Amino acid sequence: MIKIKKGLDIPLKGAASDRTERLEGCRLFAIVPDDFPGYTWKAVVKPGDRVTAGDPLLTAKEDSLLSLTSPVAGEVKEIHRGQRRHIEYVSVETTSGDPTESREFKGGEYITLLKQSGLYAMMRQRPFDIVPLGDSPRDIFVTAFDTAPLAPAMDTPLVKEYLEAGLEVLATMTTGKVYLSIAAGSGLTSRHAEVNEFDGPHPAGNVGVQIAAIRPVNKGETVWTLTAETAARIGKLIRTGHADYSTRVAITGSGVREPRMEETLIGASIDALLEGNLTESADRLRIISGNVLTGNRVHPGGFLRAPYRQVTVIPEGADADEFMGWASLDPSKYSVKKTFPAFLRGLSKPFDFDARIKGGHRAMIMSGEYDKVFPFDIYPEYLIKAILGRDIEKMEQLGIYEVAPEDFALPEFVDTSKLELQKIVREGLDYLRKETL
Amino acid sequence: MKGLKQRIDKVKPQFEKGGRFSKLHSVFDGFYTFLFTPNETSRSGVHIHDANDSKRTMITVVIALLPCCLFGMWNVGYQHFLAVGESRGFFELFFYGFFAVLPQILTAYIVGLGIEFVVAQIRGHEIQEGFLVSGILIPMICPVDTPCWMLAVAVAFAVIFAKEVFGGTGYNFLNVALVTRAFLFFSYPSKMSGDHVFVKLGSDLAVDGYSGATPLGQLASGDSGAVITGITGQPLSCSDIFFGLYPGSWGETSTFCILLGGAILLLTGIANWRIIVSALLGGFGMAALAHACASPLYPVTYVGPFEQLALGGFLFAVFFMATDPVTACRTNTGKWIYGALIGIVAIVIRCYNTGYPEGAMLSVLLLNCFAPLIDYCVVNANIRRRMKRLTIK
Repeated sequence: MIKIKKGLDIPLKGAASDRTERLEGCRLFAIVPDDFPGYTWKAVVKPGDRVTAGDPLLTAKEDSLLSLTSPVAGEVKEIHRGQRRHIEYVSVETTSGDPTESREFKGGEYITLLKQSGLYAMMRQRPFDIVPLGDSPRDIFVTAFDTAPLAPAMDTPLVKEYLEAGLEVLATMTTGKVYLSIAAGSGLTSRHAEVNEFDGPHPAGNVGVQIAAIRPVNKGETVWTLTAETAARIGKLIRTGHADYSTRVAITGSGVREPRMEETLIGASIDALLEGNLTESADRLRIISGNVLTGNRVHPGGFLRAPYRQVTVIPEGADADEFMGWASLDPSKYSVKKTFPAFLRGLSKPFDFDARIKGGHRAMIMSGEYDKVFPFDIYPEYLIKAILGRDIEKMEQLGIYEVAPEDFALPEFVDTSKLELQKIVREGLDYLRKETL
Repeated sequence: MKGLKQRIDKVKPQFEKGGRFSKLHSVFDGFYTFLFTPNETSRSGVHIHDANDSKRTMITVVIALLPCCLFGMWNVGYQHFLAVGESRGFFELFFYGFFAVLPQILTAYIVGLGIEFVVAQIRGHEIQEGFLVSGILIPMICPVDTPCWMLAVAVAFAVIFAKEVFGGTGYNFLNVALVTRAFLFFSYPSKMSGDHVFVKLGSDLAVDGYSGATPLGQLASGDSGAVITGITGQPLSCSDIFFGLYPGSWGETSTFCILLGGAILLLTGIANWRIIVSALLGGFGMAALAHACASPLYPVTYVGPFEQLALGGFLFAVFFMATDPVTACRTNTGKWIYGALIGIVAIVIRCYNTGYPEGAMLSVLLLNCFAPLIDYCVVNANIRRRMKRLTIK
């Protein structure tokens, strides 16, 4: 058992109940290429083309086998482009035919099947936190639990049935080990992976924290990371020849009337997912695909984004006029700093958060704030400063290869100076990759 | 409040770029965010934020300073009327002190914030709150009789040359309040030390046997042996020392009030407990050592370790100066070393530099200079650990 001591479980209101509904009314699905960093994606379909589930919608410019695939059978509706013809999403609309009709993946090497089916792109590599670039990772790390605010458990029927098969496939892809990290007490076992039990607050479920505790990434090494759900999808693909694009999404947050689970396919339309379930009009709410720490903001008309597990809706709060907020004694204001009286009523009871940053941007003033929620043997303040100074040697020395932007989510949350740490780390990783490859 | 906000929002465009008062943009923005918490929502990264911000942090420190500040005002009055041999009621003592120090507080704030506003406008930044704390700290660590013009010169020097030239709050490597104090001490030594500046006499005549020397001043001069007396010659009891009923820089005499404010800082998590604990341990250890090897050459060494910590500005410096997060060490290991050295150096200066009765200010400033070096060593140990992992493979 590995105990993670540093961290924080943010008590967000709006946990999903166990009630699971099948989402029937959704006809529009989309893949967002920005969810798969590390490659340049180009569309290989045109609006009006017929596709089945598993057919490629986009392929990588650098590797024509590597595809992002349609989760559903139907007709390509739109290739939506933004500035400089950058593809924002490719959407597929179900037609009168069978929406579950899917392509069969048989024969060939495992790695080819993974690339063609779109499952390879669901994995990430460290360093850089991007879709894996090479084929021979030092080790593969699979996380079977998620500790982010209001995140659902990873115990879907798919995981229960196919996780072991997936681990078996993954074990053939590395000369090192496959590590499966599980929550304390979940009792998962595996014959093909080394199982480590983790206990502690968020970010214990972040795969980066698990790697740091098991076997950190050094300069020149690459490891792959994925969730148990992706591993189970891989297992099912190899066993049955069909990729499973179904997903169970937790609809959470204080902006949702009835927080619950929805069964649908990846890339489902947000409007369909949330229809009739919002507490007020969507323009006063912030809809996040993912959790409040690392998720993407989506607007009405948008789609469920990778990793396709959770939607959180919170009030936007942009119209709040707070008079002399710095003097506030309001017990509903959450702060780990105990400068607000909320700690008197207990900081573990659910709080209603909105999206305001609640202060002005400042230079880094307080010290040691990040360290309390950052369970790595890394000095986060120094790493951030090295990144801001674009000092490659210092970044490497201070451990940038071990971290991903998501590891800086909690430091960003507690930061008194309201610095955009995840953005800084993302830009630093991109810069480092550009300069060193 | 809606009405007020609407009215202010109406004039807001005039203060923005191209508006009639665009030169006052930073000032307007400073007051606007003071009145109304900005309702900017997150654009990247996390979607929710902790409610604590820079303003709240600074205001918490100011609140923690209030016990010392209010007691100090009363003590100014108390020492004055003790010196002139009159007895007065509680409020009369307090208001005498209040009006004695008010000009200093106003001078510090007006000069310091004025410079902050101008610099923020030139740089196009928001006003930074750091000086809210410095502005009240500065008068508290100065003698009550410091002339306002000296204070104004010193504050201007400190804010410009110790802070703004480095980039403002968060980039300075020396504590601004202490730089002010050091500037005053070294530029106007006759006005900043000795027996005549720590008690405000005004135009009144002192009683017979009066001496305005601070306890540490008496000890350093070595005339009184190890007996500390109040300004009228009566010996100071332990409770007098603990509650701060003796002359000194007016905000830092009361151990009781410092501990009260320190408790607020520790409870809210604004000050780092590692620095405070290690500085107290370092100071106590050094004082005990000095006491054990006491010598008539260095009269201060005859004072016991507890009195050493309670007297003068030591505790105030430990709780309110050493813990300044910008100028202290940033790593946890570094904080232990930094704190311990502050404690040790402060007592060493006090005991063995007879020319200068108080060492806390110089000690913190000295360690401010060394903090980056200490951190560098601690961070380098981490880097070496990482390199070692690389070669083991």
